[in-house]
Amino acid sequence: MDILLGVVFTGLAYGMVLYIISVGLSVTMGLLGVVNLAHGSFAMAGGYVMIEAMSRGGLPYSVGLVVAALVIAIVSLVLERTLYRVVYKRGEFDQILLSMGIIFVSMAMAHAAYGPLPQPIELPTTMLGQLHIGAYAFPTYRVFLIIFGFATFVALWLSIEKSRIGMRIRAAVDNRAMAESVGIDTNVLFMLVFSTGCALAAIGGALGANLVPLVPGYPLEHLTYFLIVVAVGGSGSIKGPFLAALLLGLGDSACKMLAPQFGAFFIYIALFVVLTIRPAGLFAGQR
Amino acid sequence: MMSVRKEAIEKLLDQRNFKLWEITPWAVAALVWLFMPSYLPFATQIAIMILLTMSYDIVVGYAGIVILGHTAFFGAGAYAAGLVAVAGWSDPIFGLMIAAIAAGLIGALAGGLMLRTRGLALVVLGIALTLLLAELANRFSGITGGADGLQGMVVAPLLGTFSFDIFGRVAFVYTVIVLFFSWLVVRSMLIAPFGRSLIGIRQNPVRMEALGVNVRARKLAAFTISAALAGIAGALNAQTTQFVSLSVFGLELAGAVLLILVIGGRGRLYGAFVGAPAYMIVQDILAKDDPVYWLFWLGLILIALVLFAPNGLLGLIERAADFIRGTSNASSVTPAAEVDANGK
Repeated sequence: MDILLGVVFTGLAYGMVLYIISVGLSVTMGLLGVVNLAHGSFAMAGGYVMIEAMSRGGLPYSVGLVVAALVIAIVSLVLERTLYRVVYKRGEFDQILLSMGIIFVSMAMAHAAYGPLPQPIELPTTMLGQLHIGAYAFPTYRVFLIIFGFATFVALWLSIEKSRIGMRIRAAVDNRAMAESVGIDTNVLFMLVFSTGCALAAIGGALGANLVPLVPGYPLEHLTYFLIVVAVGGSGSIKGPFLAALLLGLGDSACKMLAPQFGAFFIYIALFVVLTIRPAGLFAGQR
Repeated sequence: MMSVRKEAIEKLLDQRNFKLWEITPWAVAALVWLFMPSYLPFATQIAIMILLTMSYDIVVGYAGIVILGHTAFFGAGAYAAGLVAVAGWSDPIFGLMIAAIAAGLIGALAGGLMLRTRGLALVVLGIALTLLLAELANRFSGITGGADGLQGMVVAPLLGTFSFDIFGRVAFVYTVIVLFFSWLVVRSMLIAPFGRSLIGIRQNPVRMEALGVNVRARKLAAFTISAALAGIAGALNAQTTQFVSLSVFGLELAGAVLLILVIGGRGRLYGAFVGAPAYMIVQDILAKDDPVYWLFWLGLILIALVLFAPNGLLGLIERAADFIRGTSNASSVTPAAEVDANGK
């Protein structure tokens, strides 16, 4: 029972970090079909910006998080205008090349600035303790991650379902040409979604830094999991990646605790099964 | 109308004839052998990368199957040849065959599943296959040596007479000869109707299907052949270095192959022959002092190539030649010049 609870708890926390980071990638893919492998670079950069904001700027944790999100949103907007824009119409091979290039450059820069060792982000004292529920004690930090992940999901889902801009995004995902012909500026929409997605990735990277350590290899090391979330969850969706990230988080923590010598072997086997049967993703077609 | 058709047929048939310049790579190999004996091990590595990139190009450049992590087959071949040698069957040619069969089998199996998908799912599955094999090699460290790498490979003399020396002379000749025969096979395959149909599939799969081509079967065939070739490259790597490590499954290697392919230009038989030496020599110079520094340049080169030379070095040369000749019709058979026919 204790093991099961541990698996579920750790898996939930990890899954939520995966979700916050990957959801932007899913919507971006759905909107323009851009395969941006470098999404993890924005998550890593978010973590490092937060470290700078807290150590040099002396900002508290929550403000540091906002600063990280804003900085990465601006950086991503610049990159979108200068680099990504070029490969929209070029097909996925060029998109892969470009994003691999961005991954390599970001890794080298992170290595040069922070060295190979993981960089910790100092948690506020309120998150350091443990939360006692019944006979069990849960680390407050991970409880916070789970709550934050659920809150992000609800907020995103509401804004996609209920708001005017969400309506436009849905229209553009479903049929871009049609959306454009009824007067939706998909270009602006895409800039908005791209930078919001990258800002979310930055938040995920910074928040999750104490669970998923910040190292220069981050964008490549976790690339597969970010992509799995999108591929299994289905692109252009808010709910799909949420379910996929939950599944992946739970599966990963189960694998690590129950069969550590196999690593992520069973995850990959499951991935093959899922994508062979449902190539568009397990939760494709859901919002 | 008839004359156009005749002209097209003649143009295609003409590609079968060997041109004089096609001797260049082999002449270069002979020159290296004669004048740069201390560079033979390095040149062997380049030849292996050429073979690996050529196999990758069949899939990505010709058939238009965009995958990442072709190194799965390279690694499978390396481990197959290594394990066979450790088990006592040390004949190198036999090892090559076993590696080709093993990698080809994995390619056929995985391809049968992977080719049902495309886009992001295909990319993810390619990476996952590589990582899956890496986890297996790591898990069964009793057999593969795990993170320490596979040691104790004994490679018997080539054809029973030429034993592998420490200067890498036999290894070099052996690798170049294997590359030569692989090149012959790939060349004739790509010129044959099968190869032309792969290009057709890349340009417009729906139309090829309508023309009566079994698109999935052709893709799978190309994928399997390519996997077997990559396996041979892996086996050569294992036999000439007498060592296999888990890094054969690394994404770094996958990135390197990707870069070599775009430096040379994809969908061109000779792209690999240009890209691999260019990449390996630049890497040798830049990465000597600081691998991190190299990673930075690697990324920057990738970005610059995407922005400024989507058809690779050969594409640039072609464009320059066209410019000098005063004709502006850029050759339309290269994949980067095409609009993505699959839509989004």
